[in-house]
Amino acid sequence: MEPVIRTENLSHVYSAGTPFQLTALNEVNFEAHEGEFLAIIGHTGSGKSTLIQHLNALIKPTSGAVYLDGQDINATKESVRAARFQVGLVFQYPEYQLFEETVYKDIAFGPGNMKLSTAEIDERVREAADFSGLSEELLEKSPFELSGGQKRRAAIAGVIAMRPRVLILDEPMAGLDPGGCREIMANIRRYHREKNATVIMVTHDMSQAARTADRLVVMHKGTIAMTGTPAQVFSRSEALTGMGLDLPDVTKIALRLRERGLDVDPSSYTIQQLRDEILRLKGGEARA
Amino acid sequence: MSSAIKTQDLVYFYRGAEGETPQTVLKGINLEIEEGSFVAVLGHNGSGKSTLAKLMNAVLLPEGGSVYAYGMDTADETLMLEIRRQVGMVFQNPDNQIVSNVVEEDVAFAPENLGIPPEEIRKRVDGALKAVGMYEFRKHAPHLLSGGQKQRIAIAGVLAMLPKCIVFDEPTAMLDPQGRSDVLRIIKKINREQGVTVVLITHHMNETIDADRLIVMSDGAVVMDGAPREVFTHVEELDALGLAVPETTQLLYALNQKGFDLPLSAIAVDECADAICGALNQRALSRRTGNAPKSED
Repeated sequence: MEPVIRTENLSHVYSAGTPFQLTALNEVNFEAHEGEFLAIIGHTGSGKSTLIQHLNALIKPTSGAVYLDGQDINATKESVRAARFQVGLVFQYPEYQLFEETVYKDIAFGPGNMKLSTAEIDERVREAADFSGLSEELLEKSPFELSGGQKRRAAIAGVIAMRPRVLILDEPMAGLDPGGCREIMANIRRYHREKNATVIMVTHDMSQAARTADRLVVMHKGTIAMTGTPAQVFSRSEALTGMGLDLPDVTKIALRLRERGLDVDPSSYTIQQLRDEILRLKGGEARA
Repeated sequence: MSSAIKTQDLVYFYRGAEGETPQTVLKGINLEIEEGSFVAVLGHNGSGKSTLAKLMNAVLLPEGGSVYAYGMDTADETLMLEIRRQVGMVFQNPDNQIVSNVVEEDVAFAPENLGIPPEEIRKRVDGALKAVGMYEFRKHAPHLLSGGQKQRIAIAGVLAMLPKCIVFDEPTAMLDPQGRSDVLRIIKKINREQGVTVVLITHHMNETIDADRLIVMSDGAVVMDGAPREVFTHVEELDALGLAVPETTQLLYALNQKGFDLPLSAIAVDECADAICGALNQRALSRRTGNAPKSED
């Protein structure tokens, strides 16, 4: 099956030809399928942000190409425009980009650029507010009267209102408290489920990535160093720590238990998994 | 014991627009922070923890009750500069705290404003940069550094004032894991090696493990106060407050629900693994010998 979005030998070089020349992406072949929930993990400077900015043509490849439904998104003005509408990108700290007088107008800005009727825009704004967990009465407030968590949700709603088939979020939970993280995560999951959207989330939080994503993509020095299910990726703990990446605490405990001679699954990454592994040992059973 | 910061029936509210009722964010706080200690303040957004931090060095003034920094009443305007000199503050966003184009000039900014002689400033700046491990970067441009490095420069800028106490208001919230662990390591070092009183405001429970004392705030009040290991055992209450209990504690708790009797205070990964191993080995031993579990002797 053709992926919704994929890159072919994608390279990007910043400040080419100057002493500050930096290869941020080196021949990257990335793909995401319809309805997939992907997490991109990697050290700061590994190329995560550069990669996602290519996926809706915000920046152009130095070489290689990006395909949406098999079409080169940078081919024509129209294809760029189509990519901007179909691939929604939520930046880090998106709340700094709120600018309208009311939350409603801010959310309506994206669909407003899509040549839709007023009624259609209204429907999308309300739907997006609902997906983002913003109540009706907040829509008429100024974005600057909202709390930090509410601002973040309003900014996400602005992207969701375009009904993107691919929703990309760069560290959507950064700086939020645990309650705020849980709510935003639940909202993103619901959008993913109800719209069968492809979600690509950049995160530093390994436990979060492991719990939510179908597949992890590990970036290192401008390349994709690993990809696979959370269990596949976390079973290569040494390679991950070699790249300066942290493991989920649960995986660390599992590894320590193995060092102490206990036969638990080293790729355990949820509390429930590891609990069940330990209960099995307590019962004296061997590993299946 | 002498206290670095003391609050007495401290009340604070933000005055809303005209006609709106003011929003009370601190509802009568009585706290005493011991000199030289490392105190963490944990709470969800809107719990009042950042407001409390800003009251500690007269960035905000009490609406009711009082705050004393090293015995000085923060409401007394004539003492404000002295209070700020003794109690420094580091904020969440490193980009908002950098003022110069060169790292060492940035660190020298505050002592220069205090009218300190140049040779003394040189000494303080070098000392502060070494303390945060950024001495080699002294001639660099701050905006080209990583978030974690910038935050370390901001800490050096506060250290150069030689404060007795530093209040850190979510200093790691915007940093990546590497930056986060570097900044935390430095915060602990400043406390342990230089004896600076540290108040660390955070919503990451993992960051409070090494504190001497953990204060949990909710809805403008102190709801828990004790050693981190003790506080963390209140898994259900913490969860209800919207705080994420460390995965180690969650695992121990989940196992206890299934018949284990593990100490919830084993919050470090190694301690947690040791506790689980110990429990399993003892069970294996008792099964083999057919005896009830007993302590090894």
